[in-house]
Amino acid sequence: MPEYTLKIRRYSPETGDAAYWEEFKVDLEGHRSVLEGILSARATTDGSIGIRCSCRAAICGSCAVRINGKADLACHHHLDHAAAESPDGNTITVEPMGNMPIIKDLIVDMDAVHWKKIQRVTPWLLPEGPEPEREYIVPHENMVDVTQTMACIQCGACVSDCLSMEVDPLFIGPAALAKAYRFVGDPRDGQQYERLKDLAEDPHGIYDCTHCFMCIEACPKGVAPMSQIMRLRRVAGSDQKINDRNNGYRHEKAFVKNIEKYGTLHEANLLPDSYGGKFHPRAIPVLAGSLPAIVPALLRGKVTPAKALHHHKLPDQKQIRAIYDTVEGRDSRNELNLYIEGYEDEPVLKAAGEEERGPHS
Amino acid sequence: MPAHDVLIIGAGLAGQRAALAAAEEGATVAIMSKVHPVRSHSNAAAGGINAALNPEDSWESHAFDTVKGSDYLGDQDAIEIMCREAPEEILWLEHRGVTFHRNAQGRLGTRAFGGASAARTYYVADITGQALLHVLYEQLMKFHEQIDRYEEWFTTRLLVGEDGSCIGAIARDIRSGQMEVFTAKNVILATGGAGQAWQPTTNALICTGDGIAQAYDIGAPLMDMEMVQYHPTTLAENGFLITEGARGEGAHLYNALGERFMEKYAPNKMELASRDVVSRAEQTEINEGRGFPGGTIALDITMVPKKRILEALREIVNIGRDFAGVDITKEPIMIRPGQHYIMGGVKTDIDGQTPITGLYAAGECACISVHGGNRLGANSLLDTLIFGRRSGEHAAKRAAGIAMPVVASGQISEEQSFIDNIIARERSGRRVSEIKNELGEMMNKDVAVYRDAAGLANAHEVIGRLKEEAKTSYIDDRGTVFNQDVLGAIELDYMLTCAEATVLSAIERKESRGAQFRTDFPARDDAQWLKHITVSRNGGQEPEVDYAPVTMTQWEPEERTY
Repeated sequence: MPEYTLKIRRYSPETGDAAYWEEFKVDLEGHRSVLEGILSARATTDGSIGIRCSCRAAICGSCAVRINGKADLACHHHLDHAAAESPDGNTITVEPMGNMPIIKDLIVDMDAVHWKKIQRVTPWLLPEGPEPEREYIVPHENMVDVTQTMACIQCGACVSDCLSMEVDPLFIGPAALAKAYRFVGDPRDGQQYERLKDLAEDPHGIYDCTHCFMCIEACPKGVAPMSQIMRLRRVAGSDQKINDRNNGYRHEKAFVKNIEKYGTLHEANLLPDSYGGKFHPRAIPVLAGSLPAIVPALLRGKVTPAKALHHHKLPDQKQIRAIYDTVEGRDSRNELNLYIEGYEDEPVLKAAGEEERGPHS
Repeated sequence: MPAHDVLIIGAGLAGQRAALAAAEEGATVAIMSKVHPVRSHSNAAAGGINAALNPEDSWESHAFDTVKGSDYLGDQDAIEIMCREAPEEILWLEHRGVTFHRNAQGRLGTRAFGGASAARTYYVADITGQALLHVLYEQLMKFHEQIDRYEEWFTTRLLVGEDGSCIGAIARDIRSGQMEVFTAKNVILATGGAGQAWQPTTNALICTGDGIAQAYDIGAPLMDMEMVQYHPTTLAENGFLITEGARGEGAHLYNALGERFMEKYAPNKMELASRDVVSRAEQTEINEGRGFPGGTIALDITMVPKKRILEALREIVNIGRDFAGVDITKEPIMIRPGQHYIMGGVKTDIDGQTPITGLYAAGECACISVHGGNRLGANSLLDTLIFGRRSGEHAAKRAAGIAMPVVASGQISEEQSFIDNIIARERSGRRVSEIKNELGEMMNKDVAVYRDAAGLANAHEVIGRLKEEAKTSYIDDRGTVFNQDVLGAIELDYMLTCAEATVLSAIERKESRGAQFRTDFPARDDAQWLKHITVSRNGGQEPEVDYAPVTMTQWEPEERTY
């Protein structure tokens, strides 16, 4: 059997010592999980290695850690894959998740961050009107649709690797916003507008996400939190017409218009357009505020006035028009959902009419 | 010092449902769990939850299927209650936000399940338990002012008053190592099963029989402990569960000769016979040399349309891909029977009350007995919710009429030194993990699908030795913050208690019924053995075996075929 080296980040709050790395050798088949490796080290060498774990089958969400720097469930990551990803092809580094305080070894304080954020989104159904005598009658498609976010096991991997949260610790974050979509997308919930208004107006809400895709990569269950955040934005902006004070929706619209006009991004126009145009009263303080960034850029020649003011259009405008016509010509939005479409890496032929399904059809 | 009307230990479905019901009755409630509630093993119940909710279906039909599934060992009064109250419970869950999948009319959809005469299993893809657990936790967060949550607290002992009633528990805050006395007018155990006493098992690492052993320690009788369910489809590779929903959606079982062998054992229900029947059939095929190499059976799901598999069985697509390297939409996956559930537990009545005043039990740790000799698939979620709720309601009402008990002083220091002594043990004995492994492997060999007197006698002897060795077993962690090592040593004692009760009951029952198949007594013997077996301490140290009658209401025992 192959031998793997697990390089585990150790920390005990009781000794007064700083965190340190400790290596353990484990003899296990390559398709065994990193968790099995850790448990083997714990059973035979050092029972004090701290890691939360329970199901071993990627359903309880206890054992999220960073393996070679990226968050995943330890039980969901094969030893051979982990070794192959490591710099020397054998030494697998295992450390606690990011963005959360460490309690001991691989155990982090999820209450302080993850669960606080979950509680922020009013995480329970708020139906309107009297309860029906029997079940609420809702389309099967809607229930399958929200199943993608129900599949979330609250492991915190997405929170760990969220870059926006690293910069803004108050960002509500991928897990909690995905949880919010579970209610926003549920036709039984009566507070869709109020929920979205709240999440759009919060400066740390849905428009605080920077589309870095780290949460989608980290999620072991295919919940695709960032996609859920984008869906919250689409429902908030396009359906509920919420013009948030963070200027998130206007910025998105300006972006779409900008590309429609030029084919590539005309950056000098994007900022003022997001605030209603260069001469809009809303835009003036923002433009003035951006001078400290613009002036040095001009002085150092990173940008010239000519380049900033005259953005050339892409030559074949017809192709761009065609893309816009296709998307805008749809009866409803084409939302991706793993429970319906299959794996992200394996396109599945859709049944007739299925691609026309929107979230609130 | 916290004091509550109702203290619930364990925060899976039974515990959370009990907490919500007790709070609704106006009681002060605490719910305590050694893991965060959403990590509980209720997550693993994939396939669904049974209820006769369709107008064409009837609770009597559901009840009869359950009685027959139990091989007539189930108590029919309790089964009637469970099946009659099931539809109301499904609607309660739906109204709270469970995202049950729908039929074409937008009403609750169903799927077929084993041992059932109608498609009455309600489901959320194949993450039903997870969906229920997370929705109930949403409700716990919603009612946080009424329900105190103690997450990652490990109960070490139940407290008994001078009159013998249960008046609370001592627990350790895992995060700080601090010990605390929790006074309570009522304690509800909802701590789940003891599957970790077997290796391999579908059960999570936390399923170590804690509540069962704690109740036994203060004198509560354990019942039906010999009835241990082996699930027909666990992954050959590592024992993970492949939901019965796969066969419910149409999957077939094949031996190495390519025969759909269930034709021989259950010509009518085929793959959807009761779990004990299917597991025995598989084990027979394997034992008689018709299994695949390594003693396995093929589960073929490829005839189910891919769209349906992705929508309804996504989790086992993932398990196949991640843990066996198999795309179940394209090829069969290798399985074998594996330890999955214990039908036995702390003996309770239909309101969850154990014979010890103030102590209740619900869910897998309890034995009411609704599952008797064999539990039907998708009845476990139902059991947790119905009897969790009934326990919570009953305990809350009982609390209204009595005063808060007083716990004698000195309990914490006694318990603290119990734990300190484990931490301080010298490294002269065996490692806790070694003893646990030996127990698990032995149980899976001698106390499995087929049993006989010689194997059970060996099991009894091994457990006796392991209990001695456990007293001097050692651990590595000397710390107080998240010392999981010392909890593992306590859990080992719990597992040994449960395993001993299981073996004693299996030795006692000299017949074959439900999950207990004795090759030396291969027939069911209603004249002698249509009764429950109980194990209790009766004040002493050694377990005593006794009997309890089976409650019959309307179904007389018949020959059981599928």
